[in-house]
Amino acid sequence: MAELAGPAADAAAERARVLSDAARAGDRRSLARLLTAVENHTVVAEHALRHLYPLAGGAHLVGITGPPGAGKSTLVAALIAELRKAGRTVAVVAVDPSSPITGGALLGDRVRMQSYAADDGVFIRSMASRGHAGGLAATSTSAAAVFDAAGFDIVLLETVGTGQSEVEVAAAADTTVVLEAPEMGDEVQAIKAGLLEVADLVVVNKGDRPGAQRTAAQLRAMLVPSATRVGVGPGGPDRPLPKSPEVLVTTASTGEGVPELLVALDRHRASLRGGSTPAARRARAAAQVRAVLVERLWERLRSPGVASATDAAIDAVAAHEIDPYAAADRLLAALRTEEPR
Amino acid sequence: MTDRPLKVLIAKPGLDGHDRGAKVLARGLRDEGFEVVYTGLRQTPEMIVTAALQEDVDVVGLSILSGAHMTLVPRVCAQLRERGLDDVLVTVGGIIPDEDVPALQAVGVAAVFGPGTTIREVADFIRANATPRD
Repeated sequence: MAELAGPAADAAAERARVLSDAARAGDRRSLARLLTAVENHTVVAEHALRHLYPLAGGAHLVGITGPPGAGKSTLVAALIAELRKAGRTVAVVAVDPSSPITGGALLGDRVRMQSYAADDGVFIRSMASRGHAGGLAATSTSAAAVFDAAGFDIVLLETVGTGQSEVEVAAAADTTVVLEAPEMGDEVQAIKAGLLEVADLVVVNKGDRPGAQRTAAQLRAMLVPSATRVGVGPGGPDRPLPKSPEVLVTTASTGEGVPELLVALDRHRASLRGGSTPAARRARAAAQVRAVLVERLWERLRSPGVASATDAAIDAVAAHEIDPYAAADRLLAALRTEEPR
Repeated sequence: MTDRPLKVLIAKPGLDGHDRGAKVLARGLRDEGFEVVYTGLRQTPEMIVTAALQEDVDVVGLSILSGAHMTLVPRVCAQLRERGLDDVLVTVGGIIPDEDVPALQAVGVAAVFGPGTTIREVADFIRANATPRD
């Protein structure tokens, strides 16, 4: 993001204020525009977030991840139906991958979520992952903050759990749901590090398939707390301990098990309200700050005064003249001597 | 930002179940570097316009093979305008008789792509005519 000074920035600040106020007053077009600004990391988005972030914090942020084809979009659709029955408003951020080659993306999650065109209590937004290293989590949590400030009761963040950054997105939520399909692997899969470790709730979907209950039983057996959970985790007091998630079975296509899932989500949220895991919230804040910091730093390295030094350092690493650590130190030194703006 | 991909909604209004063309186009435009929102079959004009609004797309592409284009397309265009989406580029693809094209253009369609159109032609048209957002 660009920095905030000068007349252009004043215009951006004014536009951010107008869009934010309209979005909070219920104007869906302004809300959509704000989300685009957030996705594009514009100055308008930065001003808007400055305004909206303190107003957010009321919504329940739920991450939903899992392997392709597990039924995430169908489950989100079923959850929307359940939430609307309860009179709660719901926003969805559905992330699909961008092509690393063309930058294009096919965003297909709406196909399973179409019954809500006339319902102002539902807002669905698709987003391409755009290959951000860590930045995707920042973008989607910023989008969630916009929805939150606009007054939505619950924000569902749906991502494909195939890459580290997508797992981070789901893990940045208050409650992280990891979806599995029956017979996706044996018990050893469940104790590998990764997706299941970030889960607050594990859902075995396609519960009408043979093996669903057995898969759930295996997961329950493997996900019991291990001895290392006692006391403070290896990373110190700020580091969240490995979780021991509840395992549920749903059939999203029929809605079977979805009311129970909603109850479990609410229960998990209530447990957070007690302040039992401030560490998770702090870890999320740290990840957000870190992502913005990396982005800011990289932008300063691409600015006119330093860009040539940056290119030279990168070329030197490519040519094996210096190592990446030395290059990074050299560039940090270059930034230090540069005039602060 | 200048380097952000254009966002295109590909939708099939009405009742025909022939989505091969829409899917081929959606995938082809992805490969051309667009962010393509695909909404699937049997969309009402209201569903299409809601999706266009929530997704803040630059382009709406309608695929119709049922012959109902003279009913459905004007409704989509009118609702887009009603909800303030008058800067969205609307294109239509499918089986559209030549004599219907002027009427569709009159209600706000920027281009009609018939059988034999290449993905590249569609992509080039969009890049040349979509209004970039701030």
